[in-house]
Amino acid sequence: MRALTWHGKHDVRVDSVPDPEILNPRDAIIRITSTAICGSDLHLYDGYIPSMKAGDILGHEFMGEVVETGSGSTLRKGQRVVVPFTISCGACFHCSKHQYSACDNGLPADNQDIAQAAYGQPMAGLFGYSHMTGGYAGGQAEYVRVPFSDVGPIVIPDGVEDDKVLFLSDILPTGWQAAEYAQIEPGDTVAVWGCGPVGLFAVQSAFLMGAERVIAIDHFPHRLDLARRFGAETINFEETKIYEALLEMTGGIGPDACIDAVGLEAHGFFADNVWDQIKVSTFTGTDRTHSIRQAILACRKGGRVSMPAVYGGFVDKFPLGAFMEKGLTLKTGQTHVQHYMPALLNAIMEGKIDTTFLISHRMPLEQAPEGYRMFHDKQNEVTKIVLKPGMDLPQAA
Amino acid sequence: MGTGLTGTQEQDAPITTSKDSDRSDIAAAQLDAAKGDTLVGKTVTINRPRQDLYDYWRTLEQLPAFMENVERIEPLGGNRYRWTVKAPAGRTVEWVAAITEEKPGEAIGWTSEEDADVANSGRVEFRDAPGGRGTWVTATLLYDPPGGIVGKVIAKLFQREPAIQVRRDLRRFKQLMETGEVATGAWTQAQRAEEMN
Repeated sequence: MRALTWHGKHDVRVDSVPDPEILNPRDAIIRITSTAICGSDLHLYDGYIPSMKAGDILGHEFMGEVVETGSGSTLRKGQRVVVPFTISCGACFHCSKHQYSACDNGLPADNQDIAQAAYGQPMAGLFGYSHMTGGYAGGQAEYVRVPFSDVGPIVIPDGVEDDKVLFLSDILPTGWQAAEYAQIEPGDTVAVWGCGPVGLFAVQSAFLMGAERVIAIDHFPHRLDLARRFGAETINFEETKIYEALLEMTGGIGPDACIDAVGLEAHGFFADNVWDQIKVSTFTGTDRTHSIRQAILACRKGGRVSMPAVYGGFVDKFPLGAFMEKGLTLKTGQTHVQHYMPALLNAIMEGKIDTTFLISHRMPLEQAPEGYRMFHDKQNEVTKIVLKPGMDLPQAA
Repeated sequence: MGTGLTGTQEQDAPITTSKDSDRSDIAAAQLDAAKGDTLVGKTVTINRPRQDLYDYWRTLEQLPAFMENVERIEPLGGNRYRWTVKAPAGRTVEWVAAITEEKPGEAIGWTSEEDADVANSGRVEFRDAPGGRGTWVTATLLYDPPGGIVGKVIAKLFQREPAIQVRRDLRRFKQLMETGEVATGAWTQAQRAEEMN
């Protein structure tokens, strides 16, 4: 089959690789019909994530048709499914509490060592996201092996197009969980750092959960336009001081809840950001963390900070004093995708949540390297690229 | 046994986590016919009743399903078993070990016979986890880290560090008992076969 493989920083290629096979009873093989490039794939592309190996197949947002099932799978050939990016067993203590991304059994035993050393306990497996998360082949390919296919994939009713439901795999539940973790109360003002896909879904989710106002922060005009389309007020941080603006826009109180949907590769020329970048490039720190610092300083006293953004390692200058003195609550984590999928599929079917607005580009899998370049270089126009393995290559002009 | 107190300190931490350099002597004193002077111990919580887990383990022939470096375990009768374990260069090493302790639903202990090349003793204990969370499975292993050719065998047997092997085997046992399978990141049969070697 053809698959998008990682070879190093800014080096991804479409290669011919062996087809996946059923290896365990609960496996299924899916023929991919749609697969997206995620903002967090850019962390791999930029070389921020350790434990990658040349030839690894990327991609953790995907859906397709069931073509083969193991004896323990509950799926049937021909069913269309969206697959969660988290690989979770459904049987351990954490899965029984619906903390799917904390699954004990999603990672192969040997791979658990790295995660355990880094984080104290191993986490769930992830598709296409380094060997620390299991070394599982991702879905930016023609086919993929899906473990625990009896608890992960959600079956999509006939007649619902891919583009409407694809984002159930990661970014929609991630934006939803971010808003849920912000514990929104009626009357609340919610500030969202980052108007990428997760931030934009967090904006929609926050309104659905009863937020009175949402203030979205970014520096790409097109992304701010999208946030405004869902009713958010906006701040362009290239033109405006974020902390001062947030306080003025909330009568000096600060937002009741702050959502950091930016994460470890924050942009912008702030003093602490530049310092972080120096430390990252000299291997004395891994994460650039401007947005979470701002969120803690701007948040109202006794407020909530929700952090869906991906961080991998250590930070310093975390404003622990402000966090403590103001009595903030911080809630974060990888998304428990399986927990949210059924309700969010219903919300899509009922037209309560719009997902297709996000897709700016559709291209064949063969053009994936170009897609990575575009997504990396043109974040204003490129909001989401969906790769379609079956799509014809455009004719040369 | 593996989870006993240090005896010198008023605390509840298991002996395997002690900073005391004599901890293996203390543990050995608690095992029947203990062999070896290096101690490792690990506990894992498994979301299954302890009798189920005991029953699986007591059928020693099944253990290679999750013990990556154990090729096979054959019953010789009278509680004696021949262990065949992968060694470097595609070779294997064998020894005979006898079951020394058998408490249904609670514990199994074994120790190698006198002439074994790889002297070792082990014990696995099954306890109800608090709060209805299934079973705490504690594996305790005593072994001699030898030199020479046997040192190489040991290195392979325990992937250089016995604590690593015990930890990984317990994770695989948990996966098998909770999910019915052992997780793999491979995507072809050939890749998985390579991982096993």
